[in-house]
Amino acid sequence: MSITATSPSDPSAPAAGAATAEADRAAERVRRRRPSAVLRMSEAEAADIGGDPDDAAADELVLLNMGPSHPSTHGVLRLMLELSGETVLRSKPVIGYLHTGMEKTGEQLTYLQGGTNVTRMDYASPLFNELAFCLATEQLLGIDVPERATWIRMLMCELNRVSSHLLFMATNGMDLGAVSMMIYGWREREEVLRFFEKVTGLRMNHNYIRPGGVAADVPADWRTDVAGLIELIEPRLDEYDTLLTGQPIWRERLQGVGVISAAEAVALGATGPILRGAGMAWDLRRDEPYLFYDQVDFDVIVGTHGDCYDRYAIRLNEIRESLRIVAQIIEAMPSGDYRVQDKKVTPPPRSRIDASMEALIHHFKIFTEGFKVPPGEAYASVESPRGELGVFMVSDGTSVPYRVHVRAPSFVNLQTLPHLMQGGLIADGVAIISSVDPIMGEVDR
Amino acid sequence: MAERYGAVAGADQPSRGQAVVHPSRSQWCDVAAAARADGFDQLIDLTAVDYLTYGADRGLPEGVAPERFEVVAGLLCHERRERLRLRVQVPADDPTVPTLFDLWPGSESLEREVYDMFGIVFEGHPDPSRILMPEDWSGHPLRKDYDAGQIPVQFKAASNVR
Repeated sequence: MSITATSPSDPSAPAAGAATAEADRAAERVRRRRPSAVLRMSEAEAADIGGDPDDAAADELVLLNMGPSHPSTHGVLRLMLELSGETVLRSKPVIGYLHTGMEKTGEQLTYLQGGTNVTRMDYASPLFNELAFCLATEQLLGIDVPERATWIRMLMCELNRVSSHLLFMATNGMDLGAVSMMIYGWREREEVLRFFEKVTGLRMNHNYIRPGGVAADVPADWRTDVAGLIELIEPRLDEYDTLLTGQPIWRERLQGVGVISAAEAVALGATGPILRGAGMAWDLRRDEPYLFYDQVDFDVIVGTHGDCYDRYAIRLNEIRESLRIVAQIIEAMPSGDYRVQDKKVTPPPRSRIDASMEALIHHFKIFTEGFKVPPGEAYASVESPRGELGVFMVSDGTSVPYRVHVRAPSFVNLQTLPHLMQGGLIADGVAIISSVDPIMGEVDR
Repeated sequence: MAERYGAVAGADQPSRGQAVVHPSRSQWCDVAAAARADGFDQLIDLTAVDYLTYGADRGLPEGVAPERFEVVAGLLCHERRERLRLRVQVPADDPTVPTLFDLWPGSESLEREVYDMFGIVFEGHPDPSRILMPEDWSGHPLRKDYDAGQIPVQFKAASNVR
């Protein structure tokens, strides 16, 4: 056992002379009651606690495992909760159950293949992963993407934000007992995914955004489809308002639960709706504009209380803002090329492969060897539905990245969980996990 | 950037428009604290790179001796909308760096991840344990000499012995 004995200066420690084992246990209880919200305890230490059935004091504090397979933990998140009755004193998120070494895998795949890897990290908003990966690659390559490709990227990403937040609406409702919301959220999300399938061929894990542009142009009738989506989803959002926003039970359940201040959120590295919910107006689309976000008109939604209700309301209204951006993209989309005409990174068009031997060889070389990227390092970040999604990439001049690191917003945001849960009830913990909206695929990578 | 961090190597050489400084290990905490006082209120990212098999020129500024590991921290100043990257060289025979936990508590998980994946120890970290791999795992997967083909089978026989 690695727990050390008490320090004599600790006033709450028992007097000297008591049995060593008893003193050890008391010291351990004191140490665990320290004001920190984070439970820093290894599996071995946890296994040793409460092993003595005769220790009455140990019964006061209970160490409870929630997850990794628990319906409200959004996949395989496991929480070690230190409880006093039903009150959470400290907690520790235990992660890694979905770790598949994707950053290691990224060191084996070419820049063209890398998209298929990163897109599987945040599987609820795959296009953002691809976008950050491609922006970092393009920074290293030093190429400019055609205007139409950039607008297509914006269109797809904003629709992806809508589908991701609709997924949040569904699961948040389900976690809190508003089960009908689950059906409505999935239903509307499916409509967005249907459009994705039409454009990219897949509902998820698209590998659509590629270095130099996108994989294919949007279909000819995309304007009708997207306008139809806006027309469908906007009135449904008003229905969600009727169903949830003003509903007294819903408000009771969320208001004042899981409060965090802006200063705490910044200190813990939190980004996205958690930071904005605490009252900090920070959105990379507005504050460090990438793509053409400086050419569209939208509002950054900010909360005031930093509680679960604010985080819910922010996401609901961000759907509205995204639809507003999408409506502007329908007007602004220029004609032109959907990928850069740079022979180095772009494969030749399909029609030329039948006619030209050189085109066939070129095509073969790009898809087997890949293209070489100048040595150096780059960091590119985008505002994903969960916060700042960044890709730090190091190239050694070959066609495979030397190191791909993904700054996953869910991974960092998870650190706020013990602070949000401290002093609350287990039942509120379910609301809090849901409002942090972690996607375990990108937490564990 | 060059006038504020002039004493630190590389302050006048941005990388693709992004400000980068290269403190030494002894400067690491002081430079980080100076950046914190200078308005960089959020630690956005912290990771490491193992340069064991790197074939190209690393582009380090004059006076910075290349080592096997490099810890990279990304800082963000909300007020000025500015970013700063800190890169510190960490030798393979003594892979330790002081923790940034006291300046930015948000470094806790990120430093645990770097320890888990690279075996770089952050001195003074409140919970220096693995985060993604199992606690009893041996080796650090993102090191370049970690042989991905020779992973011992972990859950072959449940012996309950830790």
